[in-house]
Amino acid sequence: MTRADTVAVAAATANLAQPYAELGLTQDEYEKIVAALGRRPTGAELALYSVMWSEHCSYKSSKIHLRQLAPAAPAAAALLAGIGHNAGVVDIGQGYAVTFKIESHNHPSYVEPHQGAATGVGGIVRDILAMGARPVAVMDALRFGPAAAPDTGRVLPGVVGGISFYGNCLGLPNIGGELDFDPCYAGNPLVNVLCVGVMRHDDLQVAAASGPGNQVILFGSTTGPDGVGGASVLASAAFGGPAGEAVKRPSVQVGDPFLEKLLVECCLELFAGGLVVGIQDLGAAGVACATTELAAAGTGGMRVQLDAVPLRDPSLGPPEILMSESQERMMAVVEPGRVAEFLAVCAKWDVRAAVIGEVTGTGRLVMTWHGETVADLPPGSAADGPVYARPLARPAAQDTLAADDPAALPRPADGPALRADLLALIGSPGLADKSWVTDQYDRYVRGDTVLAMPEDGGLVRVDEATGLGLALATDGNGRYCRLDPYVGTQLVLSEAYRNVAATGARPLAVTNCLNFGSPEDSAVMWQFAEAVRGLADGCAALGVPVTGGNVSFYNQTGTVAIHPTPVIGVLGVHDDVRRRLSIGFGEDALLILLGRTEAEFGGSAWAHVRHGHLGGRPPVPDLAAEQRLAGLLIAAATAGLLSAAHDLSDGGLAVALAESCLRGGTGCRVRLPADPFTFLFSESPARAVVAVRSRAAARFAELRAAHGVPGQTIGTVGGDDLVVEGWFAIPLAELAAVHQGVLPALFG
Amino acid sequence: MRIGVITFPGSLDDRDAARAVRLAGAEPVTLWHADRDLRGVAAVILPGGFSYGDYLRCGAIARFAPVMSELVPAARSGLPVLGICNGFQILCEAHLLPGALTRNSGLRFVTRDLRLRVENTRTAWTRAYSGGQEIVVPLKSGEGCYAADPGTLADLEASGQVVLRYAGSNPNGSADGIAGICNAAGNVLGLMPHPEHAVDPLTGPSADGLGFFTSVVAGQEGGFGRWVG
Repeated sequence: MTRADTVAVAAATANLAQPYAELGLTQDEYEKIVAALGRRPTGAELALYSVMWSEHCSYKSSKIHLRQLAPAAPAAAALLAGIGHNAGVVDIGQGYAVTFKIESHNHPSYVEPHQGAATGVGGIVRDILAMGARPVAVMDALRFGPAAAPDTGRVLPGVVGGISFYGNCLGLPNIGGELDFDPCYAGNPLVNVLCVGVMRHDDLQVAAASGPGNQVILFGSTTGPDGVGGASVLASAAFGGPAGEAVKRPSVQVGDPFLEKLLVECCLELFAGGLVVGIQDLGAAGVACATTELAAAGTGGMRVQLDAVPLRDPSLGPPEILMSESQERMMAVVEPGRVAEFLAVCAKWDVRAAVIGEVTGTGRLVMTWHGETVADLPPGSAADGPVYARPLARPAAQDTLAADDPAALPRPADGPALRADLLALIGSPGLADKSWVTDQYDRYVRGDTVLAMPEDGGLVRVDEATGLGLALATDGNGRYCRLDPYVGTQLVLSEAYRNVAATGARPLAVTNCLNFGSPEDSAVMWQFAEAVRGLADGCAALGVPVTGGNVSFYNQTGTVAIHPTPVIGVLGVHDDVRRRLSIGFGEDALLILLGRTEAEFGGSAWAHVRHGHLGGRPPVPDLAAEQRLAGLLIAAATAGLLSAAHDLSDGGLAVALAESCLRGGTGCRVRLPADPFTFLFSESPARAVVAVRSRAAARFAELRAAHGVPGQTIGTVGGDDLVVEGWFAIPLAELAAVHQGVLPALFG
Repeated sequence: MRIGVITFPGSLDDRDAARAVRLAGAEPVTLWHADRDLRGVAAVILPGGFSYGDYLRCGAIARFAPVMSELVPAARSGLPVLGICNGFQILCEAHLLPGALTRNSGLRFVTRDLRLRVENTRTAWTRAYSGGQEIVVPLKSGEGCYAADPGTLADLEASGQVVLRYAGSNPNGSADGIAGICNAAGNVLGLMPHPEHAVDPLTGPSADGLGFFTSVVAGQEGGFGRWVG
């Protein structure tokens, strides 16, 4: 047993120096802690505050900006729980509610790709579970350094293997996501995982410790030294073994998806039995975070016996127990009379559970260690954390970047050159066929997956009888956001919104994962502020509320930050999944290009792939046009007028046509106006290509006019080639070979 | 007809198997790993998943579950038993079927819609198919490479116990492209692909997998292969 620093000792040794700097706290923050306690913190308290006030847990640099997102949400009846909960909850009708959220596990995935990515899945699944929902699907948005770089060969297969290992074993279908490559992610891969869960309205759980006398139960995995300080910095030597014998542990946690599966089933049975008053998952900052947040959100007081926490390493003392990020743990608040029933359900699922404390009315979070008090604090002081208005400044280099117009780039002038550019795009790693990745994921489990990758969005059936379903898409685009974070974020939001509508679903709500460099860099902070402002304005314009999100700062190598990369997830409701739209061309149909095409190449895939160019202005978002387009796609899907629909984004019409041909195994023949280059490769937003059933052309034209969406007939579906009349033709076999060969050639 | 679906800790496709049973016109009955009770069902499905987290070896712990002490003798007496993916691995570990499932030759988990050839239509679970028929069913596994000693493989071929074979390229290195085998009596079938994920074109690549479930229902109605427990 480790000798603990007690409150009594702390009071008697007021001037004893504390290792706050090693734990990532500034002197000013340390002084705030001393002021909150009225004395120096004990070792346990210092550990607790250090993780609670870390950027990861406290959002201290981002909070001041994220406040814009709450008022941006219209007072939608659809929102049952909003920002501030473990995850937002949205009403999708018929008594069902959906909860969804994205989280990052970027840094752990670079250090140890397999476990870093695996535990990223585990963490977000517990967030969804804590809301009372059954997790039903996951998605992963991945970004790596150059595909051919040796380190990408280490990181990518590890990350994909980790997601496959954890998600498959947990029994959650992986229904989509993203894969992209850029040198800016070489030292900072982005591993963002989204989870979505479904519940009945009455199933909503709260993360609050209410009712003095109620028992606090820690259940799931035992607590070990894994991930100690993962949320702040590596644990200091002071938290090791006996003096002078510093024990350095790996700070990436190790996941056990089997235990998580048991925990999911166990929790759902506990919820169904009405055995839970409040519940919180244990993620970053473990027991420290769960006890503090439960207490702060509830009656206010809690007594915790830290020596009652089941340990897998008996040498752990209070600071490590508080900071441990051991996976697969939950904390519940249970009425004393229901504890026996609670423990019986845990026993049925072979889940270990221990009563570790009790809710009190004292307003203090008090922790003991073998009878001695080692922490005694007002929980709100730790849960709220500091708020910083970091300096921000638009870097002068933005102007240089904007002036570097892609209009100056040489363009393909004849058929063979256009053909070569199309093949180069679909053969580039970021736009290539992703089966090498997605074939490692189970998309079938649970038997409700209606659409999965490579479709525009994932679609999951919620109710077998009515066909009610939920659609999800995630999108990000570091290049657009680098050129203009405000506009770029709106383009990303627009794309996710459009992707959901392209399945025939009505977009309802937004989640986000904001991946940026260091908040201590004023240029990064400007990017962040602009991105959040763009998101807030965009969501207000589209009428979709932000229900929650996650911020990941410090994604940089030395002084060089990644491109600002907000990843946006949009959730939609599908009234009848049998009316879903696929991107795949099949039956004979008329091809119509919807929306306006302008010459917009700033940040485009064409400029990136063909010229390694990033400059100019990104495309101009048109949120009103996005709304009209979505309305048309939903109405046309409901009326059964379309045999396929594909949104236009990276690589424009050229890439969309190639993907739709390959998905459905059927070619197409298109005629383009004078400048085929712009039509093929521009990335103007608010566009889609639709295949209109042969007998539905007149009805679709009426619907299109009624929705005010511009459109032009560009050709027909059919044949075994992708033909642009007068310019070039590519046999599907050749398209397939180029598109499908890329990732296997790179990764084996 | 009542068909049992066993849930082990870590079973994942139990819900899908139950749905397939319902679509085939039978009543799914939940069987719990810790109960020594088959609840009088007329057939049993061991679903896919990662029972006991695949710890030790896939299926190696599940074979010792209390419910198995009821299932093994019943299977030996003719009870129709279908093991899908992890269920197939458990049947091999329980020695109801010969051989073993090992790591895919590509060393990665593989999810893919595959063409399978039905080689034997005389089993309790494949009567609805015609001999040599090709069906499309998803495979999703990391340890689906069927292995057995040459003598066993020769015996399986000679006695028609190779029920299903990969019709296209071999996705996992299985010996002789074997996707599924049965016992000598034809009542116990194990296969790596997932017919329960191919019961509705809305959520699967086809409805080709439904035949496994309608086979056992039709068999019972026809009065053969009936098991009385």
